[in-house]
Amino acid sequence: MQILQAIYEFFAGLLKPGMLSLLLSILVYAAIPLVFILLYALVAILGEMKISAWLQDRLGPMRTGPKGTLQPIADIMKLLQKEDTTPTAADRTLYQLAPWVIFIGAYAAFAVLPFSAVYIGARINTGVFYILSIGSLTVVSILLAGWGSNNKYSLIGAMRSVAQIISYEIPVALAVLTVVLVAGSMDLQTIANLQGGGIQNWFLFGGPKRIAGFGGSMNIVLTPVMLIAFAIYFVGSLAETNRVPFDVPEAESELVAGYHTEYSGMKFAIFFLAEYASMFAVGSIAATLFLGGWQSPFGYTSATIGIFWFILKGLAFVFVQMWIRWTLPRLRVDQVMNVCWKVLIPFGLVAVVAASVLTVALK
Amino acid sequence: MPEILERRTIIHSTLHTSAPIQEPEMVEPRRLHTEEMVLNVGPQHPSTHGVLRLEVILDGELVVDVIPHIGYLHRCFEKHAEHMTYPQVIPYVDRMDYIAAMSGEHGYVTAVERMMNIEVPEKVEYIRVLFAELQRIASHSIAIGTYGLDAGAFTPFLYLFRDRETILEMFEKTCGARFLYNYMWIGGLSHDLHPDVLPMCREFVKQSRATHKEINNLLTFNHIFMERTAGIGVLDPQVAINGGASGPMLRACGVKWDVRKNDPYSIYDRFDFDVAVGSSEYATLGDSFNRHWVRMQEWEQSLNIIEQILEQYPINDTTDVQSAIPKRIKPDGEIYSRTETPRGELGFYIVGKGDVKPWRVKPRSPAFSNLSLLPLISRGYLIADLIVILGSIDIVLGEIDR
Repeated sequence: MQILQAIYEFFAGLLKPGMLSLLLSILVYAAIPLVFILLYALVAILGEMKISAWLQDRLGPMRTGPKGTLQPIADIMKLLQKEDTTPTAADRTLYQLAPWVIFIGAYAAFAVLPFSAVYIGARINTGVFYILSIGSLTVVSILLAGWGSNNKYSLIGAMRSVAQIISYEIPVALAVLTVVLVAGSMDLQTIANLQGGGIQNWFLFGGPKRIAGFGGSMNIVLTPVMLIAFAIYFVGSLAETNRVPFDVPEAESELVAGYHTEYSGMKFAIFFLAEYASMFAVGSIAATLFLGGWQSPFGYTSATIGIFWFILKGLAFVFVQMWIRWTLPRLRVDQVMNVCWKVLIPFGLVAVVAASVLTVALK
Repeated sequence: MPEILERRTIIHSTLHTSAPIQEPEMVEPRRLHTEEMVLNVGPQHPSTHGVLRLEVILDGELVVDVIPHIGYLHRCFEKHAEHMTYPQVIPYVDRMDYIAAMSGEHGYVTAVERMMNIEVPEKVEYIRVLFAELQRIASHSIAIGTYGLDAGAFTPFLYLFRDRETILEMFEKTCGARFLYNYMWIGGLSHDLHPDVLPMCREFVKQSRATHKEINNLLTFNHIFMERTAGIGVLDPQVAINGGASGPMLRACGVKWDVRKNDPYSIYDRFDFDVAVGSSEYATLGDSFNRHWVRMQEWEQSLNIIEQILEQYPINDTTDVQSAIPKRIKPDGEIYSRTETPRGELGFYIVGKGDVKPWRVKPRSPAFSNLSLLPLISRGYLIADLIVILGSIDIVLGEIDR
């Protein structure tokens, strides 16, 4: 809010105080995550190339800029220049709508991410709920892309994706619920605030001592529950973002490129950008829920340093996702469902029940 | 249905005794209308290993039937061969199984030599077997790597290509070519072994054993990979034999058949090696996992053979590798000769009429027979399994279409 105030004052000084300045300041304020996403995407694209090269015993891009660091910019320039084709048999409206819907879904998730104590797009008291529901927008767009392309590979990919994402929302929601039960709040900023003071207060290790009661030493009993919830959330988030080993919707060896087979040029780039954005989003949500968010692992931290910790933790998750991508084979579509319904959901239910019983018992 | 019918009949008969009893109309529950979908996989598709087209009939994601369409890489090998002299056919043989060109050459020159009863110097035989086995490892590297790609694992592929590079370097040093060699000639070789090759080979065996272990850890015994391949595309041994399957495809069913052992050619009878067969220890006999597993074992066995060659190789032998090449190659008669290439039993049926050109050259290519079994083993599986099954057959379209 302080930042919004500052932007408003800047515009008010430049133009005049009133509706227009307020509107402009809100627009600028809302564009901050967009700038972040674009900058982060450059880092992530280069990171994906360099990390895969490192894992595969090769150099990766080396020619564009020093050590190939300008390669993502070259790639984006190439994508911009490409012809933006629409198949003649496609449903034009749906086909052209799909990339924007998926990007809106990924971008909107950034609204409630607490980057630091001072910067959070919108502090709403049901932030967790908002994140879970806005994530479902992905399903709509993938279905639009798969149906609109009028391509059999796209359609199969979209069908798989919808089944997968809807199924995996359940374990993810259960894992998130476990944290919400212990924290007693659905506001992501409050959850991050609770975990201040160092690594021992993170929800991964049972949460802050002052919640647990009994002189604060009993949070250790919550640790196994939280570890299970964290594992479920992480696996579920891999599936929700269609990453390996759950990348059946875009399995390149079977479905060529799944739901975005027909997309080229900038539309493909938007799909790509949305995927990277949601990779960071799920990573930073995991960090906020389980690993203290913008809080430092060593004692309390100031607001400016907080943003550094937040991005570092988010990027660490992105790194792990890439690491997994270049290591593991892909599961089959029915095996993906088995993991969800036979493993994650039962364990998720156990975690929720255990967390609620323990929270009540420890109070 | 009978119960409803009975009750209706009672009601009918009590209310309108005079009216004729009508059969109650059974209303079928409304079902969603579904139909089968025909999906063309290939010829431009990431996992068809070349220009193969599969016409897949799908029920949802379930494979109802597969019809492989071949011929996109047909280059009239047999007709060409009739217009070339015997040695001129060798480069065409290279282009049949381009992944394992050395093994193909070995098969062709062995056939012509048998026709003409040529005694090949011992040194030449050692070099041929050494190169054929190195080629087998190079070919299996591609088979295993691309199989990983089919299952979604990208990294093993690049590890394997790194090792394959060493093999190609040895070939390049010796004969100047990396891929299509024209190295084995009728009665000899085009060049003597490069002096660097034997030390490189010793180094390579060590490195390759390490990679073998690494691939086993990273891919073969990866839980996801085993889940994906075990029990998928099970081929019955009897069907395999009747269908003409050979190579890893046949051995994965537990049939111990290897031309190198069962009908030894060249100097394979001098080496001690096991015929790798599938086992039911990890998965069902004859499934996709076992086909991969047989290739992994064969890789190890090839390394054993190479080690024995390195021990036995006549270093002080100064025989000219071209000394036994006949001046006139005009064989008369016919022959069927077979060798074991990485893909299986490669046979050559050659008819000569005392001319410089063969009257007929008919290869029996292993991948062609192996591919013909694909529809049999992939019905009823999912489309993702179909790709895995196709990858496990390890086809090379150059050899299938010829």
